[in-house]
Amino acid sequence: MSFRFTLICGFFLFCSAHGFAQNATALLQTVKKKIDRVDDYMATGIMKTDIVFIKTPVSRIRTYFKRPDQFLIKRDGGLSLLPKKGIAINVNSIIPANGYTVIDVGTVVLWGTQLRMVKLLPTDENSDMVLSTLYIDEKQLLIRKVTTTTRENGTYEIEMLYGKYSEWGLPDKALFLFNTKDYKLPKGITFEYDDGSVKKELPKNKKGRIEIVYNSYIINKGAGKLP
Amino acid sequence: MWTLIQIEVFKIFRKPRTYIAFAAVLAIVLLIQTAIYVDGRKYLEFVMKDISERFDIGGNPVNGYFVCFIILQTLLIHVPLLVALIAADMIAGEANMGTLRLLLTKPVSRTELLFSKFFATSVYVILLLLWIALLALLGSILLFGTDGMMNAKSYEVVLINENDLMWRYLLAFGFAAISLIAVAALGFLLSVFADNSIGPIVATMSIVIVLTILSTMDIPFFQEIKHFFFTSHMIGWKGFFDMKVDADGNALPGTIANSKAILKSAGILVLHIVGFVGIAIGIFNRKDILS
Amino acid sequence: MNKNELLVRVEGLTKQFGTLKAVDDLSFSIHRGDVYGFLGQNGAGKSTTIRILLSLIAPTSGTVELFGYPLKTHRKEVLRKIGAIIERPDHYRYLTAFENLRLFAQMSGCSSKREVLMEKLDLVGLASRAESKVGTYSQGMKQRLGIAIALVQDPELIILDEPTNGLDPQGIADIRNLLLLLSRSLHKTILISSHLLNEVEQVATRMLIIDKGKKMVEGSVDALFYPSEMLVELETDAPEVCFNLLQQSDFANASLNQKGPLIELQIQKQRIPLLTRFLVQNNVGVLGIASKNKLEDYFLKLTSANQHVDPYSN
Repeated sequence: MSFRFTLICGFFLFCSAHGFAQNATALLQTVKKKIDRVDDYMATGIMKTDIVFIKTPVSRIRTYFKRPDQFLIKRDGGLSLLPKKGIAINVNSIIPANGYTVIDVGTVVLWGTQLRMVKLLPTDENSDMVLSTLYIDEKQLLIRKVTTTTRENGTYEIEMLYGKYSEWGLPDKALFLFNTKDYKLPKGITFEYDDGSVKKELPKNKKGRIEIVYNSYIINKGAGKLP
Repeated sequence: MWTLIQIEVFKIFRKPRTYIAFAAVLAIVLLIQTAIYVDGRKYLEFVMKDISERFDIGGNPVNGYFVCFIILQTLLIHVPLLVALIAADMIAGEANMGTLRLLLTKPVSRTELLFSKFFATSVYVILLLLWIALLALLGSILLFGTDGMMNAKSYEVVLINENDLMWRYLLAFGFAAISLIAVAALGFLLSVFADNSIGPIVATMSIVIVLTILSTMDIPFFQEIKHFFFTSHMIGWKGFFDMKVDADGNALPGTIANSKAILKSAGILVLHIVGFVGIAIGIFNRKDILS
Repeated sequence: MNKNELLVRVEGLTKQFGTLKAVDDLSFSIHRGDVYGFLGQNGAGKSTTIRILLSLIAPTSGTVELFGYPLKTHRKEVLRKIGAIIERPDHYRYLTAFENLRLFAQMSGCSSKREVLMEKLDLVGLASRAESKVGTYSQGMKQRLGIAIALVQDPELIILDEPTNGLDPQGIADIRNLLLLLSRSLHKTILISSHLLNEVEQVATRMLIIDKGKKMVEGSVDALFYPSEMLVELETDAPEVCFNLLQQSDFANASLNQKGPLIELQIQKQRIPLLTRFLVQNNVGVLGIASKNKLEDYFLKLTSANQHVDPYSN
């Protein structure tokens, strides 16, 4: 009895785990499919940059995307500083085409919504990505949050809020959080103007934050061609 | 008085040495522009090593505004030396040539004469700055185009929008005019004491160089006293390339981070000008002309 | 022209440089129409005095009045009426002669019209070189340009400090002729300083000799050079006989003196023919008779020896 029970239980457990995994993979594929309906887009929005050692105004941006991986953020009337290319800051390249193992790690409630947590482990040992955790809204098939650990660029997070463009899987608001190292200007480059104000000690290891609020997308009209 | 000023300006611009400064500026600007044209991106990556390693710089970072900024921070250390070349010659040079005594036997007061000489020197300084602006700002914009500018400071990088730059440059050039006129005033003062222009030229240059070196030394004592050096205030023009931030830390275009400090620096420089010229006039009026 | 008008009045002028008294209680005056020679060896205080007159140097004490006004309070008005060359006149070498002249004309607030200025250059013989840079000029040309500059404001008083210094004989002659022209045709009052007596003698009407900042001699050139009583040197075939003769004659006075073959004697000019007749009648053969200029002697002593020389008295 006890053996059978154990066996059954074990079977169920196996089945459920396997089933979950299958579910997660399927979920991921469904989400990807949804996202992949977007061939190209051009979006306009507002970007706020909050990095301790970068002082820049809130600025209007245009985002260009074209499948598979062309992506560009252009700031109106100025230069833009964005984390290096290794970091996927567009939804459309969060889920790699293949070469990873999916692990379902259950659900979690974030922002009042139950989200499924899915971990992606690359099968290629030399891949820059070490681990990526996706938080997926299963009902709406939307990725709400991604935490990715990379070899070169540390750990970064993306949080997304959806609205008008949720049917395309495109966020109204995207928030990137990443680790920044200290900034130092090479000595002897410049004579600094010392205005006598007291320089407050910059907080160490503070996360860099880039927030983009999109107000419109032009999807699949060829507008996403890189300028 | 107006006639006197015209005469002095006329003399300055008929002197061959006047054009040394204009030629030197042209040479320096062209050299920097050529170097940046060839290798600008590398220079940028070197200056902003910590940034370029971790960030993608979007847009045209090596644009005319950025190049102008680099040229200014190089030139505005050297232009005072060129200003000294003319300013310190204004009186001593005439004493050496023997024309000073002739000037002073004409029916003009010494104060008027000195004042118009100083005014003419200021005209020279401003024209030299306009020349720099023409070459370094307009020339660089033609060569490198425009975009927003990165101002790399020792503890942060300020990103300024393209349409938020021209007025900053106008103010910066205005401030630079005040700093250079302060150097001219120093040269002018030293010029009163000598019958030969080499001495005051070298003395002016030395004072500017020594004070600049002292103020950039990371020795606490010098860091304490550097606010008393007028040379420390001469780089106040850089203050225009920084913005105020709002409560969220977003920079506010069209603002100046610390306009009070810049105004104070400008005020200190103006006081130096008034002081140097005032002392020069005071001494000159009592001086026996023996040359 | 009021000949009695005082253009320069200097009273008790003293200038002390540290321990050195460059000018020592000097007094003199210059009248309108004078060509006033100001003589002294180098370093006697001429230049210092002239610089004080031109307000380049402030006096330690004393009064300086020009055109009847104290210099101190009426500097501008007074300088408007004075043209000057101080020592070697120097100009802006990078400008042409015309530009130099125009510049000083503008400074003096007088006409800078081309014709007017060219007239001045013509006067000093530089009209043909008006457009040359002064850097290419010879010393003599610079000197003449200096005079043109001094004349540019049509001054009533012209002050020339050693105007012939460093000039060749031709240059000296040119300047002298120019001075005579200025004085006789244009009726300018001129103050000219020099360390050379003969240079001043040829143009000056009055003269002042200073030494170590002090006045030594002052007077009209006629009186100084051609005094009514003069010292003559007699050369005769019998000096002893002659000396004895003269001693017993009414020509005798304290100055009678035998110097080897020569006999010195102070005598009124108009009595010289009487003297020669007297000697001939007494069978003394006159070989030569020369007038000795006391002023020249005195000035030679003053300038050759750096020693104290008693003031020359006429």
